[in-house]
Amino acid sequence: MDFQVVVLAGGNSKSLTPLVSKDVPKPLLPVANHPVLYYVLHQLEESNLKDLIVVVEGEDAGLLVGAWISGTFVDRLHVEIAAVPEDIGTAGALRAISHYLTAKDILVVSGDLVSDVSPGAVAATHRRHDAVVTATLCCVPISGSSESGSSGGKDKTKKPGRYNIIGLDPRKQFLLHIATEIEKDTRLQKHLLHAVGQMEIRSDLMDAHMYAFKRSVLQEVLDRKDTFQSLKQDVVPYLVRSQLKSEAVLSGIRQAEEDGNEKVSFPNNQVMVSQILANASTPSFHELYSMDADGSAQTRKTHKCCAYIASSSSYCVRLNSIQAFMDINRDVTGEADHLLSDNVIGPSPKLGTKTTVGPHCMLGEGSEMGDKCQVKRSVIGRHCRIGSHVKVVNSVVMNHVTIGDCCIIQGSVICSNVQLLERVVLKDCQVGAGFVVTAGSEYKGESLARKEK
Amino acid sequence: MDPRRTARTVSDPKVRQVGFFTPAPPERSISDPPRFQDPIQPPSPSPTQVNDHSPSGNSLSPVMIPPAHHHSDNFLRTALQVTSPTKAFSYSAKTVTIPPENEDVASSFSPGRKVVSAKSPSSFPGVKASSVPASELTTVSVVNLPPGISEKAGGASVEVQNDRPVSAKTLKEKTSKAERRALQEAQRAAKAAAKAEGTKASSAASKVVTSANTKPSKAAKSSSQKNDGSQVAASEKKGGDRAPEKDRKKDAPHPRMQYDDKSRVEKAKKRAVVKQTEARNRVELFRHLPQYEHGTQLPDLETKFFELDPMHPAVYKVGLQYLSGDIRGGNARCIAMFQAFKEAIKDYSTPPEKTLIRDLTARISSYVSFLIECRPLSISMGNAIKFLKNRIAKLPLALSESEAKSTLMLDIDRFINEKIILSEKVIVKHAVTKIQDGDVLLTYGASSVVEMILLHAHELGKHFHVVVVDSRPKLEGQLLLRRLVRKGLSCTYTHVNAVSCIMQDVTRVFLGASSVLSNGTVYSRVGTACVAMVAHAFRVPVLVCCEAYKFHERVQLDSICFNELGNPDAISKVQGREEINYLDGLVNQENLQLLNLIYDATPSDYVSMIITDYGMIPPTSVPVIVREYRRDHLWS
Repeated sequence: MDFQVVVLAGGNSKSLTPLVSKDVPKPLLPVANHPVLYYVLHQLEESNLKDLIVVVEGEDAGLLVGAWISGTFVDRLHVEIAAVPEDIGTAGALRAISHYLTAKDILVVSGDLVSDVSPGAVAATHRRHDAVVTATLCCVPISGSSESGSSGGKDKTKKPGRYNIIGLDPRKQFLLHIATEIEKDTRLQKHLLHAVGQMEIRSDLMDAHMYAFKRSVLQEVLDRKDTFQSLKQDVVPYLVRSQLKSEAVLSGIRQAEEDGNEKVSFPNNQVMVSQILANASTPSFHELYSMDADGSAQTRKTHKCCAYIASSSSYCVRLNSIQAFMDINRDVTGEADHLLSDNVIGPSPKLGTKTTVGPHCMLGEGSEMGDKCQVKRSVIGRHCRIGSHVKVVNSVVMNHVTIGDCCIIQGSVICSNVQLLERVVLKDCQVGAGFVVTAGSEYKGESLARKEK
Repeated sequence: MDPRRTARTVSDPKVRQVGFFTPAPPERSISDPPRFQDPIQPPSPSPTQVNDHSPSGNSLSPVMIPPAHHHSDNFLRTALQVTSPTKAFSYSAKTVTIPPENEDVASSFSPGRKVVSAKSPSSFPGVKASSVPASELTTVSVVNLPPGISEKAGGASVEVQNDRPVSAKTLKEKTSKAERRALQEAQRAAKAAAKAEGTKASSAASKVVTSANTKPSKAAKSSSQKNDGSQVAASEKKGGDRAPEKDRKKDAPHPRMQYDDKSRVEKAKKRAVVKQTEARNRVELFRHLPQYEHGTQLPDLETKFFELDPMHPAVYKVGLQYLSGDIRGGNARCIAMFQAFKEAIKDYSTPPEKTLIRDLTARISSYVSFLIECRPLSISMGNAIKFLKNRIAKLPLALSESEAKSTLMLDIDRFINEKIILSEKVIVKHAVTKIQDGDVLLTYGASSVVEMILLHAHELGKHFHVVVVDSRPKLEGQLLLRRLVRKGLSCTYTHVNAVSCIMQDVTRVFLGASSVLSNGTVYSRVGTACVAMVAHAFRVPVLVCCEAYKFHERVQLDSICFNELGNPDAISKVQGREEINYLDGLVNQENLQLLNLIYDATPSDYVSMIITDYGMIPPTSVPVIVREYRRDHLWS
């Protein structure tokens, strides 16, 4: 279908410390016992997209992710890994692999997306309108938008993605405005409003960070605008902003392409053909705008920015905060369990007497639990050893964790290789990998991590 | 107009009640005719109340169509059913068309990427001096197809399983199940017959019958397992004369499927790429036409975007545009389709052990059936496809692949240029002579040719007024109006309801057509017939502009047998006006059926002249054009 897929897997994410560390880069952060990248790759594989480019920030992370992919998806996907320097942003990452992009259109998917929105639908919308960029929008999950006080204090400050202001045309096909920063006031373009006539401003939509780009335009923009760092904050808004006064370069390329396609000896007839085709379709505001008042040939260059709005029933969350991490863990084991194709409960773990495991739980293989434990709405990784009288509620426990007797864990994330000694009480905490919590200590809303040497 | 025609109108049963007759009430036929009678029609000496219900309509002129309309309808339908075996054959041929593409894909993605993957993982880009360091790609995971799968496979069926495991498998199993059942039933029937007869001779005879019955299914089965080449070969074996005939049947614009035939619909569904949910409440008379739940097809097709490997992206895009209504109008659809095919041919490469002629024909057929699923083909597209396939079939065998491809692409260009663009220009040239200063021209809908005529006449400096008649739900006239007004033409815009009022001032009616059939019937956007009838009643000449490539040899007497059903929601809801919601909640009621027809047929009596690229002809001359045109151009 002439599409190339780029998965921007990212590297270390500051908003996810202490969960993410050198050993566990963000793409490999386990969500319901699968690395988060698995969900994207699985989704792409389901859609029969087997040639992927995965871009990872940092070389070490690249090696780790590469090793994991080759272990998991061997014989299923054809994946190429590109490691890019850290902190060059999503646009920078694309710039770095730009010379590998050859297909007509590029599908860019964020590696931290956990969703069941079909990439095919996005691509089809893109193709149908012959758009320059198509952004996937989905409804903001209810749990995400409500400010739950129970989450860790840190992630509150960094949620730029939550308050997207998105302007759509009345038919909800075209993207007219997109602003991701929370500002006091937003500027709308008058001529755009004038051309469209009516704009629908939505703040309940979230940019899912799955874009389809026209390759030539994307490369052009990346080349010309050196300062652009992020797709979401720079490139897409730029394209949306300039859709009615598309810069000559963009259109020049397209013109050249079209001419190349249709080199026929009847140039005059070609005009007629294109006119017949243009007249046959319902003109979007782009075409109406680009025509002069007397209806003569198109004088103003335009390009189309489309939006694909996922149906409200589909699941779509980005893992960009600890709160989101908790939510996804809960949803994947609960309501959105169709995202995982394989078994939710591993080979029967050893449970002590009178131990209860509630619904919406997930237990990895080889985990052992002592007597009279209670597990509710939690995910427990592989090879964990949990003592007696332990209560785990609304929490995520990763692999190889040892929990002593009489611990109470609520709303917390416990990373791999953590040791909790006896009678530890944790509420809304994040415990970094390899940390040892001393016996009898109580923490509330704190982030515990080992000191980096 | 000539007196002969006016005389005919008198007895003409313009009151075609076929569409809306109810079988029960006979008293309606008494009460109705006066209502249907044209009020403006001059009083006629002979009985006008010829009713379609009474098969013994006694005062018909000899030229008239037999009045028992539903009879003729039935007749047509049964005629269709008689031809069904060949149709079944063509279907089975169509199912076969999937494998070659699959094979192509299978072969393309195993060796394809190795070039890129040869990069060494250790070389990292730090050396580069540019501000944006380029990064290297490292292949970490490769899909290794088991080597030599194509040899192992032998046939295409294994490849199908390999590539599209779920869908292909179920499809295959299911068909085979159906066939098995058919076989079983045939045998059971034979047994029963044998028992009943009791005599050996008869049982032997019945055995013969069963074997005859089972044979075709077996044959179909085996042929569906074999690849397509053998299919074509088989058909070719039967003799050169019959093959093109069969081809023609296959290529025909495919309206022949009777959608009230349940089993066949089921079969078609299994084959379908696009998910087709049938609408529930369909008007009885139009059940033989496909009608799907609108709004279900598009999202489903969209999600399958990457899964339709055999479909070329350009073809897919066109299909999507058909389905969503982004492209409409006979010429535009035809051009879009041909441009997509051109792209597809450009990217085409013959798979090993196949010949271009056969494989490409099969592939085009699969594209066509995909497009049909998106929206039924128009007659003009059917003709165009016929042309293309004919060109493919006529390619000299000695031609190399690239030569053949460029020949075909040139052919496509030639078709678009000569048959569509040039003929439009010729039509414009002819038609402009009919426009005089001070004329008031009426047009209905938005026809590309009519638009060009009007614009050209305007450029020539003629002074005339245009009445654009439009109708819900598509309101295409508005688009035409917009372009005309921009060019400075003086226009009046009205809806078809008011056509009888505005017709008094009109001096000529220009209409576009989707097709002109060989009995002179003009098959066009629904409402055209109404406009033509009113114009005729007012003695306003009706000029139909239609390119010759849209002519078809079919004869159609009504707009029921072949038509297209649009989205019923489009008429039950008024777009942009939510406050008009009188039908809310009623749409799914059992006793409400919505009918949104796309086309209608205008009898030739109402058409004064057809302007085509061969000149201005009376409707009675259409068969000549059809015959000559075919001989000259399509089958050359």
